[in-house]
Amino acid sequence: MALNDLEAPSHRSAFGALAAVLLGVAIFWAFGLQQALSADEPPSGSSFDPALVSKGAQLAAIGNCAACHTAPHGKPFAGGRALRTPFGTIYGTNITPDPDTGIGQWSQADFLRAMHDGVDRRGRHLYPAFPYDHFTRVTDEDVDAIYAFLMTRDLVRAETPRNELAFPLNIRATVGIWKLLYFRRGVFQPAPSENAQWNRGAYLAEGLAHCAACHTPRNFLGAEKKRLDFTGGESAGWHAPALNAASSAPSPWTADRLFAYLRQGMDDVHDAAAGPMAQVVHNLSQVPEEDVRAIALYVASLGGGQTPQRRASVSGVDTQAVERGAAIYAGACASCHDMGRQVLGGALELSLSTSVAMPAPGNLIRIIREGFVPADGEKGPWMPGFAGALTDRQLTDLVIYLRAHVGEKPAWDGVAGEVEKAARNKSRE
Amino acid sequence: MIDPVAAASVSRRHFLAGGGALIVSFSLLPRLLCAQENDRNADAEQAKGPLPGSLKDEPMLDSWIRIDADGSVIVFTGKAELGQGIKTAFIQVAAEELSVDFNRINLITADTQRTPNEGYTAGSHSMQDSGTAIMNAAAQVREILVGLAARRFDISADRLTVQNGEVRAEDGRRLGYGELVGGQQLHVRAQASSKLKDPRTHSIVGKPVERVDIPGKVTGGVSYVQDLRLPGMVHARVVRPPSPGARLAMMDTGAADKMPGVLKIIRDGNYIAVIAEREFQAVTAMRALATAASWEERPTLPAQDDIYSLIQRLPSQDTAILDTRTMLGAGTRTMEATYRRPYQMHGSIGPSCAVALFRDGALTVWTHSQGVYPLRKAIAEMLRLPAERVRCVHMEGSGCYGHNAADDAGADAALIANAFPGRPVRVQWMREEEHTSEPYGPAMITKARAALDGDGIVADWQYEVWSNTHSTRPGPAGYLASAQLLQTPFTPPPPTPIPQPEGGGDRNAIPLYKFRNARIVHHFVPSMPLRVSALRSLGAYMNIFSIESFVDELAKAAGADPVEIRLRHMEDPRARDVIRTAAERFGWAAYQPRKGRGRGFAFARYKNLGAYVAVAFEVEVEGESGRVSVARAMAAVDSGQAVNPDGIRNQIEGGILQSLSWSLYESVTFDSMRITSRDWSSYPILRFSAVPERIDVHVIDRPGQPFLGTGEAAQGPTAACLANAVADATGVRIRELPLTSKRVKAAIGV
Amino acid sequence: MITLNVNGQPRQVDADPATPLLYVLRDHLELNGAKFGCGVGQCGACTVMVDGEAIFSCITPVSVLRDRQIKTIEGLGTIDNPGPLQRAFIEEQAAQCGYCIAGMIMRAQALLEKNPSASEAEIRETLSPNLCRCGTHMRILRAVGRAARAMQNTSTGNTKGSDP
Repeated sequence: MALNDLEAPSHRSAFGALAAVLLGVAIFWAFGLQQALSADEPPSGSSFDPALVSKGAQLAAIGNCAACHTAPHGKPFAGGRALRTPFGTIYGTNITPDPDTGIGQWSQADFLRAMHDGVDRRGRHLYPAFPYDHFTRVTDEDVDAIYAFLMTRDLVRAETPRNELAFPLNIRATVGIWKLLYFRRGVFQPAPSENAQWNRGAYLAEGLAHCAACHTPRNFLGAEKKRLDFTGGESAGWHAPALNAASSAPSPWTADRLFAYLRQGMDDVHDAAAGPMAQVVHNLSQVPEEDVRAIALYVASLGGGQTPQRRASVSGVDTQAVERGAAIYAGACASCHDMGRQVLGGALELSLSTSVAMPAPGNLIRIIREGFVPADGEKGPWMPGFAGALTDRQLTDLVIYLRAHVGEKPAWDGVAGEVEKAARNKSRE
Repeated sequence: MIDPVAAASVSRRHFLAGGGALIVSFSLLPRLLCAQENDRNADAEQAKGPLPGSLKDEPMLDSWIRIDADGSVIVFTGKAELGQGIKTAFIQVAAEELSVDFNRINLITADTQRTPNEGYTAGSHSMQDSGTAIMNAAAQVREILVGLAARRFDISADRLTVQNGEVRAEDGRRLGYGELVGGQQLHVRAQASSKLKDPRTHSIVGKPVERVDIPGKVTGGVSYVQDLRLPGMVHARVVRPPSPGARLAMMDTGAADKMPGVLKIIRDGNYIAVIAEREFQAVTAMRALATAASWEERPTLPAQDDIYSLIQRLPSQDTAILDTRTMLGAGTRTMEATYRRPYQMHGSIGPSCAVALFRDGALTVWTHSQGVYPLRKAIAEMLRLPAERVRCVHMEGSGCYGHNAADDAGADAALIANAFPGRPVRVQWMREEEHTSEPYGPAMITKARAALDGDGIVADWQYEVWSNTHSTRPGPAGYLASAQLLQTPFTPPPPTPIPQPEGGGDRNAIPLYKFRNARIVHHFVPSMPLRVSALRSLGAYMNIFSIESFVDELAKAAGADPVEIRLRHMEDPRARDVIRTAAERFGWAAYQPRKGRGRGFAFARYKNLGAYVAVAFEVEVEGESGRVSVARAMAAVDSGQAVNPDGIRNQIEGGILQSLSWSLYESVTFDSMRITSRDWSSYPILRFSAVPERIDVHVIDRPGQPFLGTGEAAQGPTAACLANAVADATGVRIRELPLTSKRVKAAIGV
Repeated sequence: MITLNVNGQPRQVDADPATPLLYVLRDHLELNGAKFGCGVGQCGACTVMVDGEAIFSCITPVSVLRDRQIKTIEGLGTIDNPGPLQRAFIEEQAAQCGYCIAGMIMRAQALLEKNPSASEAEIRETLSPNLCRCGTHMRILRAVGRAARAMQNTSTGNTKGSDP
C-alpha cells in the first residue's frame, strides 16, 4: 500500500533521487538508531506510594492500556493481543513487571522515554501502533504515576509473539523516517484562552485517551491526517465517527450528553456504545467524574452535530428494497425501536442514530448482526443480534430502508457487498 | 401424562362415594399392630401416637393410594412438582412399599378436588411430610392387601409374599391387587406405625431411577401450565401500573378496542387487562393500552443507599429466640461484625402463567402456585365465591424458588375469567412484570459478636438479625398483587413472623454449634418498603452467610484452621461427618495456596432440622477487575435416607450455582419511584462463562433414617464459603452481598 | 396466510406477518418446545434453528421466514425415538425444572451440526446466550459433550459403544 504508490523517478531527477537517498541514509543513521539509556536499577514494587499507584490506575484506565496490552482471555497487561494494521500484524507487548518478558527491568526514565519519544529501553524505535504521538503530551508526573501502577501489577511471564510486518517495515529503524515526517514531541500546553475544565479535557483527550487515534483518518503511512482531525476514522473494523462539524449525528452532542454516554454507555438520543467504545466506557467508569466531564466538555467543543443536518434529496434508492425493509422493520425492530428511550425498555428511535447517518453502512450492519451485550455480570444496554434471523438479502433491505426512510440521507453504495463482507469477517473470527 | 380436562370431570367426592368404600376393620388384619382385635372401633384406637408425616392431617389411606380393578395404582400427593424431582421420588417410595413396578404408578399432584391438602410445597418439607405419608400409607395398604389375600386363601398372612403387584402363596396361588380390592376403596384409617421394608432389600428407593418428567420436557411434550391449551381458549395480558402506588388517571381504550382479535378490555380501579383471540394479539393490544394509559405516580420507595439503616430504624418486634447466657462470657478477645444482604429476586426463567375457566358458577384455575389450597381460599375471597366453587389444579411452571408471581398470575386468570365466563382464559406475565412486581427476598442486616477464650473456644456468642417477613403468601386475598389494584381493593393484613424452629428472617439464626453462652435476637420488621416474601431458604441464606463468615473471622483471630474450629464446637455426629467428608474430598489439609487463589469452607444444617451440608471452594480472584470465579466446589450432604441420590445431587449442585449467582451478582435496584431491575440486562445473573470448572457432590446415604429436606440446604453455605474463599485469596473480608467485581475491587484496592 | 417450513413440513398459518415466530410455534402450531422467557432475546428459552443457525424466535417475525428451514426440538426426535442430544439429556438427567432445556438443546444442536468436535470451552461460550436459573449448567455441559461424542461415533462409523 505504501511504497508501491511511489512513481519511478525519471532520468532527469535520478541525481536528485540519489541525493535524497544519501540524505535519507544520513537521517536514518541519526534518528534511526538511538542510544540505550544507562540501566538504572528498577525499583521494587513495595517502594511506591499507594496514592501514586491509585492515580496511575485511573490514568491507565483513561489510556485504555489494558485493551491493547491484554490478549483475549489473557492475563491483564501480559501482552499477546494482535493488532491488525494495513502493514501487517503487531502484537501488544507484555507490560507487567516481569523482568524477562515484561518491563520489570525498566527504570522510570526508560518508561518516560517510551511514552514521550516512542523509544524502548534498548534504544529501538517503537511502532506508532503504540500511540506515543499522543502519549508524548502526558506530563512527567502522570507518566510516573502510570509507571508506579504498572510496576505494582502481578508479574506474568509471557513472551510477546513476534510482529508480522512486511519488509522493510520489519526493520524498526524505518520508523525513524516516519517520526521525522509525522511525530511532534512535547507535553501538552494549556490554551490560555480556555478554562481549566476544557484544558483538563483537552489534556486527557489529546493525550492519554488518544481519541483522535481512532476518530481521525490516516494516510498511506498510517499517520493521522492532522488537517482532518476528528473527521472520522477506524478501529477494529468499526467506523469511529466524526466528532467535529463533519459529524453525522442527527442530534447535537452536548457536553451533558457526551458525559452520559461516556459514563453509562448511552444517552437518550444517540446510539449506545458498541464495539471498541464499550471498553472505553467500562474504563471510564473507574475514573473520577470530573475527568470524564472534562473530556466530554472538550469533545463537545469540537462541534459534533451542531450544524443542522442537510436534508438531501434522496436519490438512487431501490424502492422495492425499501418496501421489503419496511416490512422487516415492522416485524423485527418496531416493537422496541418505535418506543424510544423515554419509555423504560424502549430502544433508540432510529432517526437519532448516528450509525444510520454515517457515510458508510459498516457500523449499522455490524450492530444489527451482532447486537451488543454488557460484559459478564455487568448491567448495561442490551440489543440482541439478528445475524441468524435475517438472511443477507433481508439485512440488506433493512439497511437500505433505514437509510432511506429514517436517515434521509443519500443512499449508500454497495450495501449488499458490505453485508456479505460483514458475514465473512464474522465467520473468520 | 394426565389430560387435565378429562381429569377435571372426576371429583373426589365422586370416586369416594361411587366407587364403594371398603371399610376394613383391623381385626381382619392380624399382621398389623392391633390392640383390640374384636373392638369395632379399633380404628380409633389405632391412631395411638401421631401419624407419620402428612397422614396426621389426612389419615384415610384412600386419600393417598387408590387401586383400580385392573390393578393400576394411583398415588395422591398434596405437594407439587417444582422441578425438584419429587414426583419421581414419591413414585419410587410408593412402588417400593407397595411392591409394584415403578411404571404402574400414576401420581396425581396438588389438586383441590382430588388430593390431600398439604399446604404449600415449600420449606423443603415435601419428602419429610408427603414422602413419609406416602411411604407409610403404601406400606399399610400393602399389609391390608396381604390380609385380604390371607382371608381369601385361608392361609396365615405370614406365609404369603408380595411381588410385583401380586400376593402369592407358597403353593403357587396368587391374586393381583386389582382382584383383591375388587373395585372398592381402602377407606381405612392409617396407623401410627407401619411395617416398612428393610432398607437393605430396597430395589427402587435409593437406586438411580430416571425422572419421569424429563423425556417429555426434551421432546416438546405438554409439561408446563404454559403449554396448556383448552378448546376455545383465549389470551389475556395485564397492563400493570408502572410503579407501586401509581393510580390510573386516564385511559383511552378506543384504539385498542378496535385492534384485531380483541375481545374485551377490563378495567376495575387500577386493574387493567385485555383479552384477545390470539396470544400475540393480546400482547400488541396490551402495549397499545399501556401507551394510552396515563398514571399518577408518586415516590413510594426508599433511597437504595439508605436501605440497611432504614431497616434498623423501622419499628420492630424483638424476640430473643435463644438465650443461654448464664454469665457474661469471659473471653480474652472479642470480635464484632455486621453483614448485609440486599433485596434479591426469584427471577424464574419462565414468567408466571395461569389458565382459568369460569363456567356454570364454578371456577377452575390451572396454576403453578406452590399452594393450591391456600390460593383457592384467596381467590374465593377475592371473587366473593364459596371456596367449594373454586378449584385450583397444579401444573408445573418453571422453577419458582419460593413465592414468585405464580399466585398473582392465578389471581389474574381468575379475575379475567370471572369477567369473561364460558371460555378458558390464559394469562402470561411478561418479563418486566415478573421482574418488577414479584415479591423479593427481603434485604437483611445482621450483627455478630463473640468472645474467644484462651483456648480458642467461643466463650460468648451474640447475634442479631433485622428482617421483614419472609412470607406474604396468599392466604389472604390482600396478598394478591391484583386484588390490591381493584376498585374495591383488598389490603394486605399485617404480617406475622414464622415461629421457630422453622423461622423466617430468623431461620438458621441459631447455629448448630455448641456455644457456652449464646443470645440470639430476631428483630421482626413488619413494615415492608418493597414487596417481599419467601425466596428459597428464606432467612437461612443470610444467617448462614453471616454466621459462617463470622466463624471464619474468629478462626483467623484464634489462629485456627477453619475446618478444625468448626469441629471443635460441633457435637452432632452427622454434622461432623459432612464437615470431615467435604474437607477430605476437597483436599483441605494438603491444599497449597497460590497467588490470586484461595479456599473457603462452610457448613449448616438447614433449619437445624433438615439436610446437613458442608461445602468447600477454591476461588480465583482477578486483581485488576476484582472478578471472582470459583475454580472447583466440593459438597457433602446428608439427607437421611436417600430415595433418589441423583435428585439430591441435582438439588445441591443447583443450589450452589443459584446461590453463587445471588452472591456474585444479584441486587434488586430501585429509585424513589420504580423498581429499575426490569430484565436480564438490568439484573444480570450467572451465565455459562462464569460457571465453575467442576462441582462434586457427595451424598452420605442413611438408610432407614427419616427423609431430610434438601432443596434449600445449599444456599447459605455457598454464600459463606464464597466470602471465606475470597478472604483467603485476598486477605480482605467482605461482609456485604453480593460480592460483585466492583465491590471486591474496591476492597482489595489497586 | 403464510406458509412456513417447520421440521421439514410446510405449515400454513393465519398470522400477522409481524408476529414473532415464538407465538406462531406455540399458539398456532401448538409446539411446546420453544418457550417464552423474556421476549427480547436475553434468555434463550425461545431458541430454535433457522437455516442451521440458532436464533431467538421471540424477536424474529414470521415475515422473514418464508422459504427458510425452521427446526424445533420436536424435529430432533420423539419420546419413543429421541435424537442424540435429547437422549444425552435424558441419560445425564440434565434438567431440574427443565424450562430452559429445549432452548439449550437447540443451541447445542446448531453448534454440533457445524462443529461436531466442539471443546467444552467452545460449548460454554456457545451456550452463553441461554440462561438457566436452577443451576443445571454442569449437567447441560456434560449432556452436550456426551451427545457430541455419540454423534461423532455414529458419523465415523465407530461402533465401539458409548462412552462411560
